[in-house]
Amino acid sequence: EWVSEPFCWGSFAGGTGKEVDPFTVWGARKLSSCGNRFVGGLRSRCWGTQAEGARLSSSAENQFSWTPQTNLWVFSEYSMMWFKSYRITFACLSRMKIYRYPWTRLYGTSQTTVDSTEIKTFVALAHRWWDEQGVYAPLHSMNDLRVPFIRDNLLKAVAHHQPGKPLSGMKILDVGCGGGLLTEPLGRLGASVIGIDPVDENIKTAQHHKSFDPVLEKRIEYRACSLEEIVEETAETFDAVVASEVIEHVIDLETFIQCCYQVLKCGGSLFITTINKTQLSYALGIVFAEQIAGIVPKGTHTWEKFVSPEKLESILESNGLSVHTVAGMLYNPFSGYWHWSENTSLNYAAHAVKSMGQEPPVPAGFVFTGKTEELHDKDSINPSVQEELKK
Amino acid sequence: MAARLVVSRWRAAPAAAGRGPLLSCRRWSGAKADTLYDVVVSGGGLVGTAMACALGHDIHFSDKKILLLEAGPKKVWEKLPETYSNRVSSISPGSATLLSSFGAWDHICNMRYRAFWRMQVWDACSEALIMFDKDNLDDMGYIVENDVIMRALTKQLEAASDRVTVLYRSRAVGYTWPYPFTMADSSPWVHITLGDGSTLQTKLLIGADGHNSGVRQAAGIQNVSWSYDQSAVVATLHLSEATENNVAWQRFLPSGPIALLPLSDTLSSLVWSTSHEHAAELVGMDEEKFVDTVNSAFWSDANHTDLIDAAGSLLQSAVGFLKPTKVSARQMPPSVARVDAKSRVLFPLGLGHAAEYVRPRLALIGDAAHRVHPLAGQGVNMGFGDVSSLVRHLSAAAFNGKDLGSMSHLTGYETDRQRHNTALLAATDLLKRLYSTRAAPLVLLRTWGLQATNAVSPLKEQIIAFASK
Repeated sequence: EWVSEPFCWGSFAGGTGKEVDPFTVWGARKLSSCGNRFVGGLRSRCWGTQAEGARLSSSAENQFSWTPQTNLWVFSEYSMMWFKSYRITFACLSRMKIYRYPWTRLYGTSQTTVDSTEIKTFVALAHRWWDEQGVYAPLHSMNDLRVPFIRDNLLKAVAHHQPGKPLSGMKILDVGCGGGLLTEPLGRLGASVIGIDPVDENIKTAQHHKSFDPVLEKRIEYRACSLEEIVEETAETFDAVVASEVIEHVIDLETFIQCCYQVLKCGGSLFITTINKTQLSYALGIVFAEQIAGIVPKGTHTWEKFVSPEKLESILESNGLSVHTVAGMLYNPFSGYWHWSENTSLNYAAHAVKSMGQEPPVPAGFVFTGKTEELHDKDSINPSVQEELKK
Repeated sequence: MAARLVVSRWRAAPAAAGRGPLLSCRRWSGAKADTLYDVVVSGGGLVGTAMACALGHDIHFSDKKILLLEAGPKKVWEKLPETYSNRVSSISPGSATLLSSFGAWDHICNMRYRAFWRMQVWDACSEALIMFDKDNLDDMGYIVENDVIMRALTKQLEAASDRVTVLYRSRAVGYTWPYPFTMADSSPWVHITLGDGSTLQTKLLIGADGHNSGVRQAAGIQNVSWSYDQSAVVATLHLSEATENNVAWQRFLPSGPIALLPLSDTLSSLVWSTSHEHAAELVGMDEEKFVDTVNSAFWSDANHTDLIDAAGSLLQSAVGFLKPTKVSARQMPPSVARVDAKSRVLFPLGLGHAAEYVRPRLALIGDAAHRVHPLAGQGVNMGFGDVSSLVRHLSAAAFNGKDLGSMSHLTGYETDRQRHNTALLAATDLLKRLYSTRAAPLVLLRTWGLQATNAVSPLKEQIIAFASK
């Protein structure tokens, strides 16, 4: 029954001079996109009523014999959509239990950076990633800031680049890629990107979305895993690591940054965008954005996990990454656009570079024992080891 | 059962395409073997070819695939003919900048064009006139034959042939639009079916197929349009004597505006918008009579009335009192000696404006989006302006790795151009209606209006700047 849905729309176009197909859906969505976040529910209702209205006006001219059934079909596939979304949520929730275990089994008392409670919120919204006017609209429009930020900073280190594919030849890791919102633009710019995300559904959505574009299929690879799981096999292979809107969801920031350090090449860049931990970010980022305006789905963020730029900078510097840029970002909920700002009290972006020729703060093996004190203790490293690493 | 329905409708589509508007059908699993283009431009006229050219030469489109679909056959250009073509366009400096940005303007300069630096517009019912010129006698615009522009564009298109493919004799018969968001197995691209049955997919479809745009109809975009009860007669005229000929002349007759555009020292192009009957008469009459009619249209004062003349000179003396330095005496256009045989053609005029220029993965440019009266010489310039704006937005989007069909930058293009085009369309329509009458109050209004505008230089400069974009 799921596949019958397209035909309902198609029948109007085929039978009448009036084109009533996806553009009625489009029209309904356009109406609501202005006040989208405030009237999210209205959109789904509009979709239903637009279909009704269109059907009534065109039914007289409709030459297809199964017209009387379309009423039922449109309604049924509308409810199908809801069932499907619940089904996905259900399937994911049940799968999640199994999902959690592999980590504890493999690593015993390891520290992982993935917060399993965070996963729940994302699972429920996995299929909404690519709706540009949907719940993830602010993330889509954030690309207008993040992509130039990443692209321009990476191009600074390059003498000349290929026109049309400025990032070609670069290997990028997108941690917490979600549905691939940031991974795809980077792929289009020519880079080879690996996108990782702990939520299986997200990776599925991302895989599905890129499957239609042969260029992206070659350049992007998705994996459902966490950063720690790939550290060993991908040590020192990436020109850039992107962790956009991720660090406010991880449990152990220190470990996360170390893993990022390990997978980066010397001189490689780490790009982070996240939310500051201030009273303003609580008031606007949580109370207003989540609870009042619905710009961000409820429960997405917890204020305790927000990271201030000063704390981030100190963690980055102490782990061998020198911070080059910290810039504030501001979202205008009325226009839906992001802007760069001097003020970092809400959202901000940071660019850090793995310093050349410096030894890692601790050999890779220690990461998984969870002894965080050792990670800061650079002096404990043997001078002979230092020499070896410098060669 | 579902599959059978698909097949039956699909077979019906090409058959139905012969009559009525283009069908827009749904497919639920696109054939992945179809070539996927980044941009398909439907329509190979002046604006469509310029669009394909501009994208092909854009640096951020170096690795993209562009396709131009043209229903007509490929034109083989030999030597430039001696005789001038009767279809010419007035190219504004802004359009010239666009054409030079991808190297087409150089080809035009190597062929032929005529720059003009002054424009005189005056009324048939009064002495009022307005003279436009730039301060330092810069070029106000260029009169170029449409064929010359097409040659130059085609040459540049061939230079970008590794990125731009052109399919001649290809007419799209069906379009399949994607859903606004990803759904199950439906393809997110636009699918186009050509007349020969082949299909292709594209991330962005640009409709440049003229004022009866099939793309616009297939998308179901509302189009506000009405036809003026006027046709335009074009002809190539030989002047009585060789002059410097760098002034464009336009006179508003009650039946419609008549314009003389310079082509060379001895040749000018005529564009005369008048009623359908009169236009047919003009095309049919013998050459001598035609030449006399043209001359008297420019020279005769038969439509003057004493009242208007008195009122006009009253304001003129007031203006002269306030601004004694500016004297705009009415100059006479060059007289016409003969007309080129077989160069008289007529075509109907109308106004059209699409309610939306963009949809997801669709953009309209040129006459598909807007159709205007030729009295202001802006039709193709608005189209080139659309090309300019859309290329800018697409180039920035490509450099940001964005999905080319995404509404976020397409709406930027739409806002940009709708603001400019709506204003110009409204102004042109208003002028056309205002000057179509002989009724005294309106004649008085427009006489005084024209004289006042002529006296206020900053206002004239604004008008020139707006039209030159």
